[in-house]
Amino acid sequence: MAIFIEILRTKNSDKQYFETFLYEPFGDGDTIATALKKLNEREELKDVDGKAAEKIEWECSCLQKKCGSCAMVINGRPRLACDAKISEFKGKVRVEPLKKFPVVCDLTVDRSILFANLKEMKSWVPDEKEAIINGKEIQYESSRCLQCGCCLEICPNFYSGGKFFGMAAGALTSRLISELPKGERDEIAKAYKKHFYAGCGKSLACKDVCPAGIDTEKLLVNSNAVAIWKRKSK
Amino acid sequence: MINVIGAGLSGISAAITIAKCGKKCNLFSVQPSERAQSVLAEGGINAALDNMGEGDTVEEHFLDTMKGGVFLEDEQTIKDFTAAAPDIVMKLKALGVPFHLNGDKIAQRNFGGQKKKRTAFSKSSTGKVIMTALIDEARKYEDKGFIARFPHHEVIDLSISGGAFCGVTVRDIYTGRTAEFFGATILCVGGMNGIFPEVTTGTTQNNGNVQSIAFSKGVEFSDLEFIQYHPTTIAVADKRMLVSEAARGEGGRLFTVKNGKPWYFMEEKYPVLKNLMPRDVVSRECYLAIHDGQTDGKVYLDLTGLPEEVKRDKLSDLFEEITAYKSIDPSVTPVPVEPGIHYFMGGISVDKGHRTNVKGLYAAGECASIYHGANRLGGNSMLGAIYGGTVAAKTAVDENYECAATDNGSHELPFGYAERADGSPSFNKKLRDILFDGLGIIRDEKGLISSLEKVEKLISETKNETEMARATLGKAMILSAIERKESRGAHYRADFPEQSEEYKAKSTAVFSGGEIVIKFKKA
Repeated sequence: MAIFIEILRTKNSDKQYFETFLYEPFGDGDTIATALKKLNEREELKDVDGKAAEKIEWECSCLQKKCGSCAMVINGRPRLACDAKISEFKGKVRVEPLKKFPVVCDLTVDRSILFANLKEMKSWVPDEKEAIINGKEIQYESSRCLQCGCCLEICPNFYSGGKFFGMAAGALTSRLISELPKGERDEIAKAYKKHFYAGCGKSLACKDVCPAGIDTEKLLVNSNAVAIWKRKSK
Repeated sequence: MINVIGAGLSGISAAITIAKCGKKCNLFSVQPSERAQSVLAEGGINAALDNMGEGDTVEEHFLDTMKGGVFLEDEQTIKDFTAAAPDIVMKLKALGVPFHLNGDKIAQRNFGGQKKKRTAFSKSSTGKVIMTALIDEARKYEDKGFIARFPHHEVIDLSISGGAFCGVTVRDIYTGRTAEFFGATILCVGGMNGIFPEVTTGTTQNNGNVQSIAFSKGVEFSDLEFIQYHPTTIAVADKRMLVSEAARGEGGRLFTVKNGKPWYFMEEKYPVLKNLMPRDVVSRECYLAIHDGQTDGKVYLDLTGLPEEVKRDKLSDLFEEITAYKSIDPSVTPVPVEPGIHYFMGGISVDKGHRTNVKGLYAAGECASIYHGANRLGGNSMLGAIYGGTVAAKTAVDENYECAATDNGSHELPFGYAERADGSPSFNKKLRDILFDGLGIIRDEKGLISSLEKVEKLISETKNETEMARATLGKAMILSAIERKESRGAHYRADFPEQSEEYKAKSTAVFSGGEIVIKFKKA
């Protein structure tokens, strides 16, 4: 069944407006990502009133929930466009860019703060001779983080440029906090305390929206135990 | 300063190696490493660690790789490649890659074309977890000032003069500004799946444009006829989704329904390796089973009999993915699968040090043709990307290539606004359909000539530089397939079904003076 897709568009960084397109799905598996791709492939893109529209800027890569590229706000909820089936929506859907990051154009946002924050937290193994690998779930779960930014979008405590870096940094660094031996992990544990533990209000909204289904609560509990309370990693 | 183009597994390995040598590099990519195609790699990475008590050796890994690739590659190159594997995997472990363990050792699983358990893994998300560890490692050197990341930059031109590399022009996708960066450059731009939009297991950002530009500028390519169809893929919106070979490595069985009964054709025809024959063989057999008039025209992957422990601990991510995208619970219902384009054995010709035919230009990862011959073994792609990126980086550092001074004598052109038009989606799809028709799992002269005529017509109808370069690379694939008048690995010719000693050589393709020249080069 055809659907109206209402897209928040931004051109030249300040002019914002909604533009609505009518989209007829090709199959049951069509997602918002499919729709955006197909709309852009039209010889002439026109909005629902027949007015000529410019190509919709957005980012995508894997189209199967593994790269985090196509994160956006769909009907008010941050999620991946490739994971949002058209059949979920009844007649109409609203698509907007993530709001916690600067908009580059339309649905493309600049998420470089994610990586700047990880650099600030020194998210790396300081000496590769010392890492402890126990093959446990925490390390695997943490390694799966997509760095898509959905958790930051929903987080009541995170804002771009703030001291609290949010779950995108918390989840990824939990791998290192759990596997580095004492001494090696001191710096990252200190950064965790400053940039995560001190600012997290534990709403755990991140757990509800994580497109990779990462149990962020489990990671947080483990990192708190190790980095703050000096207990053993699970 | 060395330029690395592409921030997937090979590019990031190259960048880390350059940094460890104390040199600086620019790391350009269309999107950050987290979005690279490498994160989709599933089943694992091969190394003869012999952790499973089967007496595995590097020699056997070498032999399996040669045999799987049907003896096209240089023996010493493959010996070095397989000998490096155990150290590479142990270094990944030291960086915190959460490999599945067996006691305190890395566990290894069965994979296609290999009798012994050799593939180290992390469920069915091995590429993702390896990338996470290497991105963290690259971040360390970025912090020290050795790696400069350009994570939203696309290549729009390569400058080559008199057989020597001058520079790469990149465009900042966010601002539209362009600049040329001079000096030694390593291409780590992935496979050519972008020439086949929507019908491969790859990503959309990997669009094949850099390879097309390189080919049109005279960079030599080889083995373009060898395209790997993975036996078990599923159609999802706008792409094919991979069902990892690990599913069969852990006990999954392929069957079709013949005369109303399940027919486990791989087990019947290949009693030793059964469902784990090399991918070229399995894909061909799936194709034959689908087109056998007495079957239901489908192939199914039966995972219902897998032990609970495997479903829970080793393949839970794969099971969830199939359920999410196809609404099939693989633990209860066999999954309909089909072969789909997954990997390109062919690509840019490189020597043992990963040098191309252009001085100062190197290539590594899937875009380079060096380790996999006529058919890549599962588990060897990530190994090839890491090893290749490392070797290419070492060569580039050792050679310390300086390009000739440019017209204005500057080595840093300011950002400008040069443009290069993309290929239109309709053109790209026309090209795809033509190539797909000719370069299927089973080929013949008639079909290939028909595709050749169509692609030539397509080239004559466009004036768009990008479209022309893409179609020219596509034409080289067709010509390579026409010239190889034998069947070997992933290249099966119905009109030449036998393997021929005469063609035990890598094909090469060069675009020179407006013509594509195909030759054969013995290892």
